[in-house]
Amino acid sequence: MTNSIAEVKKPILSIKDLSIAYDKHYAVKNVSVEIKKNTVTAIMGPSGCGKSTLLRALNRMHELYENITTEGEALLNGQNIYDISPIKLRRHMGMVFQRPNPFPTMSIYDNVIAGYKLNGIRTKKKERDEIVERSLRDVALWDEVKDSLYKKGTFLSGGQQQRLCIARALAFSPEVILMDEPTSALDPIATSKVEDLLVKLKENYTIVLVTHNMSQAARISDYSLFMYLGELVEYGKTKNMFTNPIDPRTEEYLTGKFG
Amino acid sequence: MEAIQALKNQDHSGRRQLKDKLFFYGIIVLSLVTISPIILIISKLVVEGYRQISLDFLIQTTPDTFEAMTAVSNGEKIPGGIANGIVGTLLMVVLASAMAIPIGILTGIFLYENQGKFMANLTRNISDILQGIPSIVLGLISYLWVVKHVTSGFSALAGSVSLAIMMLPMIVRSTEETLKMIPQTLKEAALALGVPYHKVILRVLVPTGFSGLLTGILLGISRILGETAPLLLTALGSSVISLDITKPTSAIPLLIWEFYNDPNMVDLIWSSSLLLMAIVLILNIVSKQIAAKRK
Amino acid sequence: MLAAGMVYSLVGGSVPAFKTFGLKFIVSGEWDPTEGRENYGALPFIVGTLMTSFAALILCLPLSFATSLFLGEYFRGTRVARILGLLVDLLAGIPSIVYGLWGFYVLRPAMIELGFGGRGFGIFTASLILAVMIIPYATSLSNEIISMVPNDLKEAAYSLGATRLEVISSVTIPNARSGIVAGYILAFGRALGETMAVTMLIGNTNLVPSSFFDTGNTMASVIANQFGEADGLKLSSLIAIGLLLFLITGIINAVGKLIIKKMN
Repeated sequence: MTNSIAEVKKPILSIKDLSIAYDKHYAVKNVSVEIKKNTVTAIMGPSGCGKSTLLRALNRMHELYENITTEGEALLNGQNIYDISPIKLRRHMGMVFQRPNPFPTMSIYDNVIAGYKLNGIRTKKKERDEIVERSLRDVALWDEVKDSLYKKGTFLSGGQQQRLCIARALAFSPEVILMDEPTSALDPIATSKVEDLLVKLKENYTIVLVTHNMSQAARISDYSLFMYLGELVEYGKTKNMFTNPIDPRTEEYLTGKFG
Repeated sequence: MEAIQALKNQDHSGRRQLKDKLFFYGIIVLSLVTISPIILIISKLVVEGYRQISLDFLIQTTPDTFEAMTAVSNGEKIPGGIANGIVGTLLMVVLASAMAIPIGILTGIFLYENQGKFMANLTRNISDILQGIPSIVLGLISYLWVVKHVTSGFSALAGSVSLAIMMLPMIVRSTEETLKMIPQTLKEAALALGVPYHKVILRVLVPTGFSGLLTGILLGISRILGETAPLLLTALGSSVISLDITKPTSAIPLLIWEFYNDPNMVDLIWSSSLLLMAIVLILNIVSKQIAAKRK
Repeated sequence: MLAAGMVYSLVGGSVPAFKTFGLKFIVSGEWDPTEGRENYGALPFIVGTLMTSFAALILCLPLSFATSLFLGEYFRGTRVARILGLLVDLLAGIPSIVYGLWGFYVLRPAMIELGFGGRGFGIFTASLILAVMIIPYATSLSNEIISMVPNDLKEAAYSLGATRLEVISSVTIPNARSGIVAGYILAFGRALGETMAVTMLIGNTNLVPSSFFDTGNTMASVIANQFGEADGLKLSSLIAIGLLLFLITGIINAVGKLIIKKMN
């Protein structure tokens, strides 16, 4: 059912001919792909294939490092992300990292609202309370932490911390959420909670997920990209790719020949 | 949701980016201000000091005020040199090292072997605090110990004792840190060969960490070379070359102090300082190079 | 052992002074060596020491703060940072007496030129030199701590749209706070005991200084200055000042180390 809806969805993010190099060494080569709205898209591939590098280009994270250069373009709702200031772009592109990284000096409440504080956006107390509660409810954390909102986020368990980080990204209601192996540091129970969450979140958001876990991609993604040595090998509906891969390299990867 | 969209569109990014830029330039400017003294000081020393540097400067003893005054009034170079200071400094540094290095290394080994035990923690804390004690206080202590009770008068020995106390914590620290960095397996391998424990430490661990120890020692020496305050209270100064450790002796920094107090000797101040700085900085850089190589 | 012996002899040496003046030694503002009515109080030097060291700390704050951000954040791991770091390290290698000379022959005339009055000596001039001298101590620790703030925390803040300044002020500094504070405490401890450069610039007067532009003496400088001609009660008083200095710096350093330990 999901797939039939997704087919009529318009692309929210079009990546065109994107290449990324570390000191002239290309880690991502000429990738073009269209990410559809309200879907979970998984980027798969063996380690070192450039999947995280591609993801981090989408909110222009690479600009923090001088030795990384990007070529090509990516359109968010038709607008080139390189024409928007990275500060504004990042409000539309939330990011969740491999390891849970709540700000250790801030309370749970402050962590969720951190984006507003950091951006100097003036909010009323009531608005802040609403945003915090809604974001924490969205990640199913509200009931667990509503009595300890002013405690430090680092006291939570790993899975709770990661959901707090997702809530922090959601607080801005971004159009797209970029996730870089968000469950790789979590135990199986916490992982399945986060996975359930992602499936629920795609009603309102578009999720791009880097994962090295094939069964995770199969479980929760609608579309999949398979990358190998910096190149996009195959892109399509997850179901089709897993049952009937086109490229022999995809098949080898999926059957565990390498990676 | 609409409320959030409205908030999200609040935009101060122009002002924020401006602030960000200004802060960045502020950092650069202040950092440049921070390093300007070292450049100013070194250039001043070189410009004012190079004239007097010559072989005589290194092998002759200090002139008296009258000789210097005559030379200056005739527009000549001040005769004589600072050989008494160089010899005194060498003498005291060697003596101080002879006292501080063995004690420091043994204490460092003790700390390494007794990690977490009460006595070791106590010793480490005291040694750390000792490192922060002002050198002039160490001079006072050496005065009370050595000048009053051992040599009954100002002496090179008293000077070296105060310098040795200064060096000690640095050597203790670097010994312990160096030993800690040596992999445990190396120690176990030696023990597995049936080597007695003390020999493992002296024959295997200490030589392996030799460059680390050397760094600590050189840094310690470069630190005591320039010390003046404790020597004023202990070694006093002398205008002749003296190798008797129970007699007062001079040192390069002590001579600078004397020249500073004698208006006729101004020219000698800069050359002596230049020489002192050069030795200290070279030792500093060499020891850091050694440290960098290990990593 | 060694430390216990040190405290013992300092205490022993200062007994006559404390016996004669009691606790008044610390709070008395008089320092009168005239024979017959000798009266020694350490207050002018305690005040002088605190004033110079505080002023030096405040002057050094913006400089070393900027430098540690330069080294630990903006240019971390680059060639520029290595060179700058080396130069800052060299600052620590310059002997105190050379600082004093430079202060006397370069800084002091400049102060007169700038219209700070008098002959350019005084607490302010001494603090300026002292500030430069303690920069490396304050910088090396905070730079190390700042560069240890985890990258993924900073990236998280960037991913929310923060500028670099905002990342520094809301993530880097709060996370490195105790290390930065400890660095400044240790630097302050250094400033308290610096002798030669201060002696050469502070003006060496034995009254409680009335302002930052007044002349004065610190505990260390009075020992260096008057030790040569001291005996009897005066010598004992100087030793007592040494004991006080020993205790103050010991406590300051212990506090600094404690903070560092707590962080780990």
